[in-house]
Amino acid sequence: MALLSDPVIFIANWIENLLLGWGLAPLLVTIIMDLLGAGIISVAMLLLVVILIVLERKLIGRLQGRFGPNRVGPYGLLQTIPDMIKIFTKEYITPQGADIFIYNLAPIMATSAVLLLWAVIPYAPRVVGSDINVGVLYLVAVGALGTLAILLAGFSSNNKYALLGAFRTVAQMISYEVPMVLALLVPVILARSMGVNEIVNAQYVWYVILAPLATLILFITAMAEVGRAPFDLLEAESEIVAGFHIEYSGLKFGFFYVAEFLHAFTISGVIVAMFFGGWRGPGAETYPILGFIYFMIKTFLIYFGTIWVRGSLPRVRIDQLLGFGWKILVPVALTLVIFTAVAEKMMFLMAATVIVRILVHLVINLLLVLVLIVIFRAQEARRPLRKPVAEPRTVALGRHSVPPESPSA
Amino acid sequence: MTPDMILFLVIALVTLAAGFMVVTTPNIVHAALWLILNLFAVAVLYVMLNAGFFAMVQVVVYIGAIAILFIFAIMLTRHAMRDSGPRFNTDWPMAAILGVALLAALIWILSRWQSFMTLPPMLTSDTDILRQLGQALVSPNAFFIPFEIASVLLVAAMIGAIYVAWGKSGGKK
Repeated sequence: MALLSDPVIFIANWIENLLLGWGLAPLLVTIIMDLLGAGIISVAMLLLVVILIVLERKLIGRLQGRFGPNRVGPYGLLQTIPDMIKIFTKEYITPQGADIFIYNLAPIMATSAVLLLWAVIPYAPRVVGSDINVGVLYLVAVGALGTLAILLAGFSSNNKYALLGAFRTVAQMISYEVPMVLALLVPVILARSMGVNEIVNAQYVWYVILAPLATLILFITAMAEVGRAPFDLLEAESEIVAGFHIEYSGLKFGFFYVAEFLHAFTISGVIVAMFFGGWRGPGAETYPILGFIYFMIKTFLIYFGTIWVRGSLPRVRIDQLLGFGWKILVPVALTLVIFTAVAEKMMFLMAATVIVRILVHLVINLLLVLVLIVIFRAQEARRPLRKPVAEPRTVALGRHSVPPESPSA
Repeated sequence: MTPDMILFLVIALVTLAAGFMVVTTPNIVHAALWLILNLFAVAVLYVMLNAGFFAMVQVVVYIGAIAILFIFAIMLTRHAMRDSGPRFNTDWPMAAILGVALLAALIWILSRWQSFMTLPPMLTSDTDILRQLGQALVSPNAFFIPFEIASVLLVAAMIGAIYVAWGKSGGKK
């Protein structure tokens, strides 16, 4: 029964007792267990990308009114396997003049920066990779490593378009890191701790009900951090010629591809852990395997939300992007953090009940959503209308066909 | 040799090697990358000192902002792919003598320290330390005023940067 209801802890204890029974030192056993845990999480996440890629392609296809891939396997669900074979067998072309060490390091750094994020997210009660009490700051720090990887990729390709794409990427990522950190501060204030495990444990009421605006801001800024549509001008083919990964071929490009999909899924996991209660659900404490199932269901739902947004909205231009980030998101996120902190302290001093707390935070968030809409409308009204560049001329329609003039009269 | 000491020696060697490579590598972008490795190893040292918060802040601030700023500055101001010019100063014998003298002075001072083999005291749990840090930063008896002055300094630096960056276009706005 313990195996079925709490498999991870059961198997971990079994392996630990086995190793101790073989006579290994306890410190060595701890190191081996940690390495084993890290390896299993990394391999599981990388294999999960196989499902994520085909899911995304089918869903984007359906949103665009067509089937996705439907040839390979039942309903096209095995499509990723030929994709992987294709990527594995492509030739590695290193551009002339590229900085070889950095060129090969960048895709590895990009993927590992994403895998490192999974170390602090709790999957089930008592199942977490590493229970540090500054987990939220760790998430921000590892995001910075991902940014660095992209910058190195663009720089080491010896290609000016890759370099420009890398600069734009880094500008976008660091501009959206500020509202992301501010939006991540709201659950930290509400849970009184920076550790992700404590934040999940403190969510008797999901924080999306207490702070919907913070959820929305985190959703938007997380998608901008990852570089997904509508913020994907960095790597879309019609934009700056595929951006920073233009010179990568074969499995190195595959690493960037995997890193992007996995990052989108990881950020959905972070949003779920911060705002949607992580593994919380009916019966999750007594049967931890249910906690894991709830976590996966919620993460897939948020991931579906990101795919939905990707398939529906047009791409944003770089100046619109930076303007939106700095002029609208940062003031609103900052105000939200200030009001949340003041309200929390006041209610703590007045010893308010849970219902009062929920209502006060909800009212603050909705008021700020109204303020956000008002600011947006005011900015729209103030933007000068573009002068039309040319008059539309009808040259092909509405005229009866005139025979070409003869050269001589 | 406890495992802590072995780990400390390994991390210290990585830090020193990365620092050495920063100043001796011919490619300036490689120098920035070795600096990043150095900063990362210092963050690991912070973790070993039971100060996880500072390790994270080190990574976010130093690697995530300052090192990226270095790399931007390198890429925007030099043709870093084909930089040239002498790497070493012509006065390097004098610098080497001064460096060795400083090292000798430090070794002499440290040789008079008796507690090389004592283990560090166990601190209370991290949450208390973090709470004390937070309270120290905003309590009027502690570091509240330096905190606010640092914020004012940062705002002044931002205003200065924006004004300088505006340049000829729209400086009056």
